[in-house]
Amino acid sequence: MSPDHLIWISLALPLLAVGLIVLFGKSPDLRDGASGTVAGLLLIVVASLSIGVFSGKRPEWHLGEMLPGFEIAFRVEPLGMLFALVASGLWILTTAYAVGYMRGHHEIHQTRFFACFAIAIFAALSAAFSANLFTLFVAYEVMTISTYPLVTHHGTDEAKRGGRIYLGILLSTSIAFFMLAIVWTWSLAGTLDFQLGGILSTAVAENRISQTGLGVLIGLFTFGIGKAALMPFHRWLPAAMVAPTPVSALLHAVAVVKVGVFSVMKVCVYIFGLELLRETGVSLYLAYVAGFTLVVASLVAMTKDNLKARLAYSTIGQLAYITLGAMLATPNSVIGGGMHIAMHAVGKITLFFCAGAIYVAAHKKNISDMEGLGRKMPFTFAAFLIASVSIIGLPPGGGAWSKWFLALGTVETHQYLLTAALMVSSLLNIAYLVPIPMRAFMKPSKSEDESESETGNWFSNMQEAPAMCVVPLCVTAIGSVVLFFAAQWIYQALLPITAMPS
Amino acid sequence: MIDAIFAHLPILLIVLPLMAAPCCVLVGNGRAAYLLALVVSFAAFACSVAMLGETLQHHVVRYELGNWSPPYGIEYRVDIFSGFVMAFVSGIGAIVLVYAPLSVRDEIPASKHYLFYATYLLCMTGLLGMCVTGDLFNVFVFLEISSLSSYALISLGRTRRAPLAAFQYLILGSIGATFILIGIGLLYQMTGTLNMADIAARVPHEHGPRTVLVAFAFLTVGLCVKMAVFPLHTWLPNAYTYAPSVVTCFIAATATKVSVYAFVRLIFGIITPGFAFDVLPLDTELMLFSLVGIFIASIAAIYQNNVKRLLAYSSVAQIGYMLLGISMATPTGLSAGIVHMFNHALIKGGLFMVAGCFALRLGSVQLSDWKGAGRTMPLTAIAWAIGGLALIGVPMTAGFISKWLLLTSAFETGRWPIAVLMLVSSLLAVVYVWKVVETLFFSEPSEAAAGATEAPLRMLIPTYLLIGATLLFGVWTPYSAGIARQAAIVLLGGTP
Repeated sequence: MSPDHLIWISLALPLLAVGLIVLFGKSPDLRDGASGTVAGLLLIVVASLSIGVFSGKRPEWHLGEMLPGFEIAFRVEPLGMLFALVASGLWILTTAYAVGYMRGHHEIHQTRFFACFAIAIFAALSAAFSANLFTLFVAYEVMTISTYPLVTHHGTDEAKRGGRIYLGILLSTSIAFFMLAIVWTWSLAGTLDFQLGGILSTAVAENRISQTGLGVLIGLFTFGIGKAALMPFHRWLPAAMVAPTPVSALLHAVAVVKVGVFSVMKVCVYIFGLELLRETGVSLYLAYVAGFTLVVASLVAMTKDNLKARLAYSTIGQLAYITLGAMLATPNSVIGGGMHIAMHAVGKITLFFCAGAIYVAAHKKNISDMEGLGRKMPFTFAAFLIASVSIIGLPPGGGAWSKWFLALGTVETHQYLLTAALMVSSLLNIAYLVPIPMRAFMKPSKSEDESESETGNWFSNMQEAPAMCVVPLCVTAIGSVVLFFAAQWIYQALLPITAMPS
Repeated sequence: MIDAIFAHLPILLIVLPLMAAPCCVLVGNGRAAYLLALVVSFAAFACSVAMLGETLQHHVVRYELGNWSPPYGIEYRVDIFSGFVMAFVSGIGAIVLVYAPLSVRDEIPASKHYLFYATYLLCMTGLLGMCVTGDLFNVFVFLEISSLSSYALISLGRTRRAPLAAFQYLILGSIGATFILIGIGLLYQMTGTLNMADIAARVPHEHGPRTVLVAFAFLTVGLCVKMAVFPLHTWLPNAYTYAPSVVTCFIAATATKVSVYAFVRLIFGIITPGFAFDVLPLDTELMLFSLVGIFIASIAAIYQNNVKRLLAYSSVAQIGYMLLGISMATPTGLSAGIVHMFNHALIKGGLFMVAGCFALRLGSVQLSDWKGAGRTMPLTAIAWAIGGLALIGVPMTAGFISKWLLLTSAFETGRWPIAVLMLVSSLLAVVYVWKVVETLFFSEPSEAAAGATEAPLRMLIPTYLLIGATLLFGVWTPYSAGIARQAAIVLLGGTP
């Protein structure tokens, strides 16, 4: 089948899932089965699409003009392909996990939950494949709206407050800054198409925008894409943690936040062009904002006792790594940033899966209550440790490579202060992540459970979460190690985006 | 036969509802009057769609009333712009009538039903007449027909404040109408004709006498009262709040839009934009009043606890967006203004219908009574959420299309501060829309809401027709933004 067709098929599949989920809403088994089947098909389609894209093809699909001159169109390039692969691959695991979690937890409104979930995946893929800023913006906003019911799933006052911050920050930054930046770009370049080397160089050459203007424009983009969670517009992410854990896992570690940093990278690579950014240095101040964010977020993460809150701040810090890579605009830093989208996604989703599994099995949310839990839930905490290693950036975790390239980028541009920030942040990563599994394994359990005898069979003491929860998190933990060895392949795949336009 | 009907479409559009209204009174029975009104309104809709089709082919359709050739006789003159406005006014008029009977039964005493439908048809006649006519005095006549009937409709509201609100509107509306009449009189004095195209050809512009200026000033202020431009909007919130739900749906969706139509005609058809915007600084003034109005009315909307009043203030703000587009006088800007007339009619009509559904089931439009109604009336509440998103201007909804066109037009003409202010102002809409969404979905149900059942299908279906249309015209725009653009090009003197 021609790659052009694969694009619309891969966009239609999540929508098909929405239809099936609503249709089978009354019988949960059929509904969740349909959801999983479609997710599997989607991965196959996306994977076969990727074969062509990574060998140099750029399939396109034009849906039509929404307004004269503003087209909804898709064109797949390596960065978007990588993101789509990550999102669709993790969707399967999350579906399996969500079934285990939601049922284990007797959550209400599961049909609405899975339907909104599929819409969010549709939005993520549309953003990944978008051929112009207009399409990207539409997909971005669809994602914001479709995830609101997920964040406020429980319908409590806390959910309402969280949802208010979530929607408030994401909508207002995107309307006030992002949209403004897009229309400004359009008035400068006369097009919104993503092109290698950027579309603004003519306007700059003709002096239609000053150096300062460029700096303001990229600032509008970077802060306007609130999903990248750059400080001071990061508060929505911790607020979104009121959602059920599968949402936090796929959406707030993978799909939503990655759409944010992905958009930032797309803007830097295909709207401004790396060369323009390097020559003018207008994005450097944002690299420092990112550096500030990644250190401060790690510091804040250390103070959080609630596991999901700690992971949320950790995500804010890790997203800043990717923004930093984009803003430095060297080939190495951009590849590092692109790689980190994948590496962090697989690592962080594991951590969230673990948090959810702990909650389902032991009903514990706070880290201080998890001491000694490792013996009851050895798989969960082992996975947690492996994923932590990857997030920190130590071999054999995939994160080692992306952080290596990012650090190279800071050195290449002689921004040694940022190199230091990266190093300090990695140390802080160790400090806030590693003690969690360590204490769980080493420290004695707090609860004096008499039935728990040290002499008993090791397996008989296990009180793991349901298999539907544990298997996915083991798979992703292994995945974050596999990625360490697959880094060369990702490097090769991403290399074309750093090329000079011919 | 068909040809004969087609040849007389412009007059059929007026005669049908105008004749049906006294028939409604004569039959004197609520149900029969309703059926007559329903049939006639759909016939009018069919006529205006056919007219729109004709104008898209021939650009201008002329009709000489009684075969008296202009400028002696009255000429009906329909171009793409008037065809577009007619089509959506009569379309929404028809859909509101489908929605009407249950709500009317609930809110208006049975003895007055036939009078209600008769007045409704008269109001529609007036509004359609303003669009169809090419004669300036005729515009005034139809304006008065629609205004007088809307005073009567508003006074039918079930609280005793409704007559007061109607009276307030009557006073201000009459002042506005008087201003318009004075303006028309002065123009007649200067040119000796009432045919708009004729006036445009004869009126001395640049160095003309002061009379033209005065005439223009009177007309502008008079129409601004009718459009409810800030600060001449004071009649609107009370009128919308205390009118029966059905009346609010119809008037909010159509009446102010038709006044905007008349204003656009005045500027682009009679006084040229060059005179209004280059010789006179009307564009700057309009933008100033629009922006101030948008901010003040949106902030006022945030503090309302009566949902109909909240929507009313939002309407005042939205008129500002239309005028912003119109005052830019570029093809993009003007088409943004025109398409927002349509989009906003859909959105506001839909939202007021939702308010009507809640009013029927909960007996109130106070926000405190709507608490938790999302649990017992999920479909109605979801309709609010979708309409609200469209009002904010989220992508994939009609509101986004208007906003995007306005923004690009502001950048095209180098007015980026307006773009920034516009975007910031649309954040205020997020606040007042979401205030209601949170009340519906996250509050503990109020007594009324806990015992409520979902709104009847006969009301839900028309509501979803409009709400669905806001989604449709958010992704598919050849017949909204596309026609608006053609209309704008014709108005600016080009050929589409």
